[in-house]
Amino acid sequence: MTDRIEKQIELKAPVAQVWRALTDYREFGEWFRVKLDGPFVAGEVSRGHITYPGYEHLRWEAMVERMEPERLFSFQWHPYAVDPKVDYSKEPRTLVEFRLEKTPTGTLLRVTESGFEKIPAGRRPEAFRMNDQGWTEQVKNIERYVAEKP
Amino acid sequence: MSQKSRKGGLAGWRGRAPAFAALGDATRLSLVVTLASGEPRSIAELTTGSRMTRQAITKHLRVLERVGMVRSERAGRESRFAFDPRPVEEMRAYLEMVSAEWDAALGRLKAFVEK
Repeated sequence: MTDRIEKQIELKAPVAQVWRALTDYREFGEWFRVKLDGPFVAGEVSRGHITYPGYEHLRWEAMVERMEPERLFSFQWHPYAVDPKVDYSKEPRTLVEFRLEKTPTGTLLRVTESGFEKIPAGRRPEAFRMNDQGWTEQVKNIERYVAEKP
Repeated sequence: MSQKSRKGGLAGWRGRAPAFAALGDATRLSLVVTLASGEPRSIAELTTGSRMTRQAITKHLRVLERVGMVRSERAGRESRFAFDPRPVEEMRAYLEMVSAEWDAALGRLKAFVEK
């Protein structure tokens, strides 16, 4: 089973510029398609709403965790918490982390979203990574994980 | 990330969170592995070779049953438990959707910083 999504992308732009695109609330809003009420502050909740036409009533909310300049930006959220009538506070939250690294041509950005299942820390198996090989392969992964368990 | 799939994802997450949580336990995970790779088993068979009591195994099976990963079938005097792959497939499909939305968002970020 999968508990995280991992992405990486090479950007032909300096780290400082990528950092700004991620953490300046107006720049973030441009590419993420959200209008935020104010700047991101570590330890504080960020609020706003979706800007896609027809969906402006949908709210955005995330708890900003870490802002380590030009290295790491992370927040927790309830993915797809878009129904105003639902209280999401008791539902599982995922953690989104953006990690930046300087490269000769610009910036390597790694994004992870984790916490899709609540496997205790330290037991969260590598083998549970997303793959496209279907259930048979997933079962093998689970078997391997269980076999390696101390 | 298309707003259409964002909307569709709502139901997905709300419906699937219990299934994700059900696997967050080593015993249940190993029960799923056992059942997924073989025949339906009775509680007695599942308890054999485990350090857990019959009651504990039963409790874990009920959790898996509630999220639809395990079905029980009556066979004579005892119940046999069988694996049902559908919830796991749904979880996979859900994560693939979230994954695709990240691809789209990062594509927009790339266009934004490289313009």
